[in-house]
Amino acid sequence: MKIGVLLKQVPDTETKIKLKADGSGIEENEIKWVVNPYDEYAVEEALKLREKNAGSEVVIVTAGPARAAEATRQAFAMGADRGIRIDTTGVSIDLYGTALILSKVVLEEKFDIIFAGKQAVDDDCTAMIQFVAELSSLPHVSPVEKFELGADGKSATVERPVAGGMKEVIDIELPCVLGCEKGLNTPRYASLPGIMKAKTKPIVEKKAAELLGSEGLRVTTAGWALPPERATGKKIDGEPNVVVEQLVKFLREEAKVI
Amino acid sequence: MTNILIIAEHQDGKVKKYSFELASKAAELAPKLGGGVVALLIGGSSAIDTAELGKYGVKKVVTVENEALKFYNSDGYSKIVCDVAKSENASVILGSATPMGKDLCPTVAAKLKVGFTQDCTALDIENGKLKIRRPVFAGKALIDLNFQTGVQVATARPNSFAVKESAVNLVAVKLAADPGNMRAKVREMRVAEKGEADVSEADVVVSGGRALASEDNFKMLYELAHVLKGAAVGASRAAVDAGYISHDHQVGQTGKTVNPKLYIACGISGAIQHLAGMRTSKVIVAINKDPEAPIFSRADFGIVGDLFKIVPALTESLKKVLHD
Ligand SMILES: Cc1cc2nc3c(=O)[nH]c(=O)nc-3n(C[C@H](O)[C@H](O)[C@H](O)COP(=O)(O)OP(=O)(O)OC[C@H]3O[C@@H](n4cnc5c(N)ncnc54)[C@H](O)[C@@H]3O)c2cc1C
Ligand SMILES: Nc1ncnc2c1ncn2[C@@H]1O[C@H](COP(=O)(O)O)[C@@H](O)[C@H]1O
Repeated sequence: MKIGVLLKQVPDTETKIKLKADGSGIEENEIKWVVNPYDEYAVEEALKLREKNAGSEVVIVTAGPARAAEATRQAFAMGADRGIRIDTTGVSIDLYGTALILSKVVLEEKFDIIFAGKQAVDDDCTAMIQFVAELSSLPHVSPVEKFELGADGKSATVERPVAGGMKEVIDIELPCVLGCEKGLNTPRYASLPGIMKAKTKPIVEKKAAELLGSEGLRVTTAGWALPPERATGKKIDGEPNVVVEQLVKFLREEAKVI
Repeated sequence: MTNILIIAEHQDGKVKKYSFELASKAAELAPKLGGGVVALLIGGSSAIDTAELGKYGVKKVVTVENEALKFYNSDGYSKIVCDVAKSENASVILGSATPMGKDLCPTVAAKLKVGFTQDCTALDIENGKLKIRRPVFAGKALIDLNFQTGVQVATARPNSFAVKESAVNLVAVKLAADPGNMRAKVREMRVAEKGEADVSEADVVVSGGRALASEDNFKMLYELAHVLKGAAVGASRAAVDAGYISHDHQVGQTGKTVNPKLYIACGISGAIQHLAGMRTSKVIVAINKDPEAPIFSRADFGIVGDLFKIVPALTESLKKVLHD
């Protein structure tokens, strides 16, 4: 099987977000870049599928600047075979544009299945799966907590959590795009030989500008802001009955939430 | 003149509260387009009570009842939304940032090849186009975006907009819609946990952290949640990873984003990834034995103490005051 993984490099979740002085974006200098946490589940699921299907390969596809290649190397160290990076340096691009260039690679590679994260934890856009799938004329399910390839190798059964502890059990045709959720698997750590080999695995580069053509922006950024700081509230200690009484009074009379 | 189409959700024949929020917001914006609000509900063949939508400014309700659409289906539902948006002359399509809305709305936007944004906490219309504000980096920053396409699609975060009554004469129509080819189909609904409220929808969330120390101890939080009618039980990742409670309950950057009017954090330190998921709660209460725990810097009301003593005392006290 030819297994594709859409992978995004994002700031580490510990990152303190600072805005540029002119408010045009975030300050990127001190950021530690990592593989989007949900994309690790995608890589893991792809590797598991390759292990069960001899002769398969796992291809990492990423759209981003030069630094994004490092995230692909991290996926290589876990075991992925090769990579494609669409260079977005200097290109002004939105959700639609990114989905379009990713879908062009998806169609060109003719993947049998594509795993992605359910959400990128930087812009929390939570729409790339649906856009890439539609622009590639493929079905999708996201988020996915359980995955099983059908006996025919042309379908899969997946589980998607919905509200209140309910799970949808879904049958889907392949090729398809699946958005991976926590709980799907436990991503493996990179092995030492894996890290050594990662350096030699190929990453093919493509240019976003060429794939994008004359496609314009559908949504433009007007500005950035930081959320208002919360005023520090009361902090009390004492006998359980006494503090609880004060809390209940606060909730009812001051905050009026119960 | 164009209309706003809202995708309303329902359960057990009743329209969800967040759909009334959406209706209220849409009713406020629709005059800027010179149009009105049309609500679309899709479901199986059992009836949905839609009359209440009229109270919140919806002028027309379109209901699609089809046994093949009993469960959400991205192909079938998105085709119907696209068709109805066209026939109802809608330039703005709004849904809620729920498991259904978060999947359906981007699929619709992608089909229409138009602009889309997820999980908005502010919505407005300027020069006939949607402009929105939404949290990014798990709420560590906010971004303002302007739409450039003729049709615009977005989802709104539940609990972000107030319900406002503005009665209009509601016209209700039933539509026999064609869902087309469905390539991914729900075979069954599995009940993993029965009858508990979902953290992302509840008005009150009671969350437990690593300090709970066992699955059994989470019962204490359920008792508190049950006293606070409709409250949901949440958890930190440490509690989920330790197996005290399932991942459905995790609040935070790699869990669910919650936006309740009251969030009670019990034995949770307040790591940046946890705060990311609950920072927009209207009132935050923290119970932690460590006076230096970072959660206190975000709490409106903090109690320094042992949760195993505080939580049962709180449950007892609330039983008395709420049920008198
Ligand atoms: C990529 C990434 C994503 C993450 N995503 C999430 C996420 O989505 N959600 C999330 O929650 N975390 C997330 N985390 C983990 C996060 O960094 C913290 O490790 C986690 O939130 C800690 O959980 P905790 O507060 O329950 O545990 P701890 O940090 O161990 O805190 C336990 C607290 O309980 C208090 N305590 C102990 N005993 C008692 C008692 N008897 N009474 C009262 N208080 C007591 C202690 O003082 C302490 O403050 C993520 C981490 C990473 C790296
Ligand atoms: N620039 C990108 N390059 C490759 N994959 C991406 C990119 N952006 C998003 N994705 C994939 O789409 C998933 C969902 O992201 P999003 O919808 O942007 O939150 C991510 O987890 C990735 O798997």
